[in-house]
Amino acid sequence: MDSAISELPARTPLADSAETGLKIVVVGGFGVGKTTLVRSVSEIRPLNTEEVMTQAGVGVDDPAGLTAKTTTTVAFDFGRISLNDRMVLYLFGAPGQERFWFLWDGLFSGTLGAVVLVDTRRMSDSWYAIDRLEHHRTPFVVAVNRFDGDHPVFSLEEIRQALSLPAQVPLIECDARVRSSGKHVLISLVDHLHELARAREMTP
Amino acid sequence: MMRRPVDLGDPDRLYTVTGGRSRADDEKFDLVTLVVSECRPSPGMQSEHVRILELCRHPIAVVEISAELRLPITVVRILLSDLLSTGRITARHPRVARSHVDLPDSTLLEEVLHGLRNL
Repeated sequence: MDSAISELPARTPLADSAETGLKIVVVGGFGVGKTTLVRSVSEIRPLNTEEVMTQAGVGVDDPAGLTAKTTTTVAFDFGRISLNDRMVLYLFGAPGQERFWFLWDGLFSGTLGAVVLVDTRRMSDSWYAIDRLEHHRTPFVVAVNRFDGDHPVFSLEEIRQALSLPAQVPLIECDARVRSSGKHVLISLVDHLHELARAREMTP
Repeated sequence: MMRRPVDLGDPDRLYTVTGGRSRADDEKFDLVTLVVSECRPSPGMQSEHVRILELCRHPIAVVEISAELRLPITVVRILLSDLLSTGRITARHPRVARSHVDLPDSTLLEEVLHGLRNL
């Protein structure tokens, strides 16, 4: 069965020839299925980590200073896909809430692109993420997570309008639990990135 | 997956781990910089450095080290800077520049596509 339920190994080492790490970020509201999507395509069981920052977002020189300040913590999870013997793709599931974007540059600059995962019952959760990605000039695709029982109340065209999504941004449907579907989402993103790169390279 | 946030507890603990520093000297380590150890742990080394050297016998990304050690990225970057400056690890940095002006070229993306299609 083409399902994400199968057990993934906890931690398998990368090939010794691995030399290039790449990033793709999946952004979406709470419960939209980010971890599910990461797990469905990852070769390892998704891991979880976090970053901390002081309220002002700057380093503090003395310990006394830090204890006096409020620290903000953003947790995110990630999986891994070995693309070949040299290239490893890391897939991050990141919360779209406001404080997260303060950390974007420190964590996700240099990312290839992003997937905005949308739940049609909470579409407004995606507006902010789309706005921020545009602000950071990170190319992205939008994937609507349709799971069982989620009868497509809205057509893709209606969703595109609701999100005020420009025509050139790919909008696709997926089932985040299914490996082939998760794979299709990633391929759609990288296809889109490839088109953008080709267009840029053709421009003198 | 169970979300189990790293227990930061007392911020002082992080200061003990990093010897009082709150940020790495420079941004040498991307989340996906692959780190490889160049030596075995030696007696008397700080326990976090020992764990990192053990994890890095094969290439491993900074973010994986952070998850394994259950320490925030910032702290891991500082610990890695120590090990790099003393030649105990080497770092394989991502080819993609850390600036949005420098987007990845089509050749790199073709390799990524090829890898994804073969999954």
